[in-house]
Amino acid sequence: MHKLDDNRAWLLIVPVFALVAFNAIIPLMTVVNYSVQDIFGPGQRAFIGVEWFREMLRDPTIQAAFIRQMVFSGLVLAIQIPLGIAIALLLPRSGWKSSLAIILIAIPLLVPFNVVGTIWQVYARPEIGLLGRAINAVGFDYNYTASPVAAWVTLLLMDTWHWTPLVILLAFAGLCSIPQPYYQAARIDGASRYAIFRYIELPKLKGVMTIAVLLRFMDSFMIYTEPFVVTGGGPGSSTTFLSIRLVNMAVGQFDLGPAAAFSLMYFLVILLFSYVFYTILKMNSRA
Amino acid sequence: MAEITISDLRHAYDGDLSDPSKLALKGINHVWRDGGAYALLGPSGCGKSSMLNMISGLVRPTAGRILFDGRDVTDLRPEERNIAQVFQFPVLYDTMTVAENLAFPLRNRRIAPAQITRRVNEVAEMLDLGPLLKRRAAGLGAADKQKISLGRGLVREDVAAILFDEPLTVIDPQVKFDLRRKLKLVHETLKLTLVYVTHDQSEALTFADQVVVMSHGEVMQAATPEELYDRPSHSFVGRFIGSPGMNFLPCALDGNQIRFDGGTIPAPALAPRPGSQLTLGLRPHAIQPADAPTGITADLIEVEDRGPWRIADIAIGTNHLKMKLKDDVPLPSGSFPVRFDPDATLLYADDLLTGDLRHAQA
Amino acid sequence: MSIHLEQAGRDVDGIMHLADIDLTLEPGQLYVLLGRTHAGKTSLLRLLAGLDRPTSGRFTENGADLTRVSISKRSVAFVYQQFVNYPSFTVRGNIAAPLKRMGLPAGEIARRVDDVARRVHIEPFLDRLPGQLSGGQQQRLAIARALAKNASLLLFDEPLVNLDYKLREGLREELRNLFRQGNQTVVYATTEPEEALQMGGTTIVMHEGRVIQTGPAHQVYRNPASVTVAEVFSEPPMNVVPARIDGDRLHIGALDIPLPAHVPPGQGGDCRIGVQPHRIAHRQQAGSVRLDGPMDLAEVDGSSTFAHFTAQGHPWIARLDGVHVLAQGSAFAGYVDPRDFYVFTAAGALVVPPATQGAAHG
Repeated sequence: MHKLDDNRAWLLIVPVFALVAFNAIIPLMTVVNYSVQDIFGPGQRAFIGVEWFREMLRDPTIQAAFIRQMVFSGLVLAIQIPLGIAIALLLPRSGWKSSLAIILIAIPLLVPFNVVGTIWQVYARPEIGLLGRAINAVGFDYNYTASPVAAWVTLLLMDTWHWTPLVILLAFAGLCSIPQPYYQAARIDGASRYAIFRYIELPKLKGVMTIAVLLRFMDSFMIYTEPFVVTGGGPGSSTTFLSIRLVNMAVGQFDLGPAAAFSLMYFLVILLFSYVFYTILKMNSRA
Repeated sequence: MAEITISDLRHAYDGDLSDPSKLALKGINHVWRDGGAYALLGPSGCGKSSMLNMISGLVRPTAGRILFDGRDVTDLRPEERNIAQVFQFPVLYDTMTVAENLAFPLRNRRIAPAQITRRVNEVAEMLDLGPLLKRRAAGLGAADKQKISLGRGLVREDVAAILFDEPLTVIDPQVKFDLRRKLKLVHETLKLTLVYVTHDQSEALTFADQVVVMSHGEVMQAATPEELYDRPSHSFVGRFIGSPGMNFLPCALDGNQIRFDGGTIPAPALAPRPGSQLTLGLRPHAIQPADAPTGITADLIEVEDRGPWRIADIAIGTNHLKMKLKDDVPLPSGSFPVRFDPDATLLYADDLLTGDLRHAQA
Repeated sequence: MSIHLEQAGRDVDGIMHLADIDLTLEPGQLYVLLGRTHAGKTSLLRLLAGLDRPTSGRFTENGADLTRVSISKRSVAFVYQQFVNYPSFTVRGNIAAPLKRMGLPAGEIARRVDDVARRVHIEPFLDRLPGQLSGGQQQRLAIARALAKNASLLLFDEPLVNLDYKLREGLREELRNLFRQGNQTVVYATTEPEEALQMGGTTIVMHEGRVIQTGPAHQVYRNPASVTVAEVFSEPPMNVVPARIDGDRLHIGALDIPLPAHVPPGQGGDCRIGVQPHRIAHRQQAGSVRLDGPMDLAEVDGSSTFAHFTAQGHPWIARLDGVHVLAQGSAFAGYVDPRDFYVFTAAGALVVPPATQGAAHG
């Protein structure tokens, strides 16, 4: 009877195990397989060890894309985390105004990625887009298809519009969970608004903000659809991020071996960064 | 330090004072003398916490005034009132050390650093927090955290009063004594005005020089712990204070006798308003078995052994009462005569104390 | 259907939570687990419920191994300290939930819901949501849900600890009566000696993860096997001071008194003397020994005052009847009859209880 209990427990996780195997483990093993072979055509392949990895690390276009990607993720975090917290602090904590604000703020999160790209592609066009024409009308020479700076600004604006709401929602939930006596005690202690933020709200937000940083880092480091739709990686290669470079290599040039090695390294880098962030933030909140 | 005066305090959560029966506070007048240790005691929902939050300024009363030393503070914000408050759950600034927590109210008020250090050390000394000063406050036990909350009030030399909102709720019973003693000590040394809100009579009677008993937004009695126990001025107080509470026995005046179902006793010389509902109030210890007939006979229903004493459920006529016997008093059985201790037999008219039977012996 | 624990223990990550538990629960009986916080009461309840497994020893029901049987397959109900109810179900839905899961017919469910709601006095609220109830009513609901299941084992983990004082007093009495009527095995955990005495049944005294004494409540209270039991099973804890027996003399600090007659001959050398706090009187009696010294704090508990004072170099607590104001630092004089002394060995085992044993001769 006891054994029966245990067996059934194992049976229950079989579907999950099968699912994970099909959509994660097996594809990943295929990629590992490609990454160590040179494929000339159907049925013609040779084992070449870590040669593709070595070549990818030396590839200057990949190195440049990696730096670009780092800068992009860095800027995304530097803009969206403070902005998200700031907006969350301004929101009413209860009542219908609060509910309405939350609904309005959450709308961008519901828009599909390629639609976001299409919206901004049109919105920011210098000749017909509302934003593009407005910027040019003010006197700035703005054209994201020609100027790398304009392309970056457009992508950052778009990502901020799309994803800051997530940070706001997380920060708002964190703020709502702070018990009232904390605010009351701070008022009695004569704390300024800034002191309340610095010594009560920020420490209590640490947990949810860890999650926000992790999510925003991983998503922005893997960004593909929106820049693909808006800039296609240009002008030149100024917005060619790692994922765009990877797709060009795998689909455009059909270099399966190098692309496999590239994507494995890409995956490991994200894993590594996420782990480092997680450890640092967790250490901080424990101390 | 200050004398706190509350005058005709009325409060409605929806701001509508038109229906007096729905008010959270129904017109309260009270003076908290400078340097007194007070408790606000009552069951949940009696309005005691609202009143505390009005004194601290966290809640604004719908009507009425609050004066500190004669100065009207009703419209002042909490930080302008020079009060400190200790909450039910310890409120700490998690990222700060114990010393920084204690210094926080002073730093906010831009006190000179040397003076801050001096005050923090003094207060830490008084509360036995000295060895913990450099520790992060977040990792400490509940009792130490509550001491820090208290300390943040004590560091301010200008503090008018310290308010406590059920501060010992989360403290383990074994360390409660320590904190209670610390509180007493703080009061004796600093002579601050302290107001302590609780639903627990033990907390209130242990802490306070004067206890304000509240029920449904009204003050039922404000008196010393002894008075509340020995001479509750309202039957609610009699029931609420003491464990078990006071027995009430419906009765009637009949010449120089008090007559009730099951017996009579001599009446005192007093004339309660005709038509009022009379009851005898008897603490369980005021009823004792007698050796000889007394004119009052009780039937034993059940006895409960509570260790130091036994609580006997008895019936006198159709009235059910609780009688408390010390564990070395022989236990009667069946029907037996009982005696009411005249020093502890009180007479109530329409729930209000009108007299006692001390001088009514025949 | 008796439940049996044999040398059961539980370690979590190398930390001992329970050890060497030998226990038999007979059907229909009431057991009270008495111990301070962290004594292992909750761990033992979780073990009995099947929420945790013992990491050593045997756990059987009528000889059949229960170690790995999950709680859902057993007939167990659990009431917690916190008020645990389904927030989106009405009171009626809450009580019915476990019955529906048991697959009872609708008529039977309705009958049981009404019956149990009447027994715990929540019938007027059957259509309300738990959020619309007071704390006391919410806990009544949790108790009702547990009772409705008619489980063969009912577990209570300090169910009254989060309630107001007066509510606690009333509910305690009601629960005791419910347990008396029912035929379910009840295990009730508490930290309060008075609650254990009032509930009655078999008291299981726990300390640091072990059962240190088991027996009928009053017997354990009056004959504690060790100093630890005496301290746990007394509120305030029993006074225990080091002493020395020298021939026919007893020395406590500078006190030198004749050895009380109830101490059996053959005792000599170091020992410990225990005095129940309510045995220290305010007034002198024939043959009593005087203990005097400065007052520390006076705590009021229910209808009595705990006077903490120092005498003969030791802290003492006297439990005085009534409410008394005793200032810190004032002189206190207590009187104790040596015939009321408990004598323990220096290691803490009981040698002899007092000569006169209160209710034991009543």
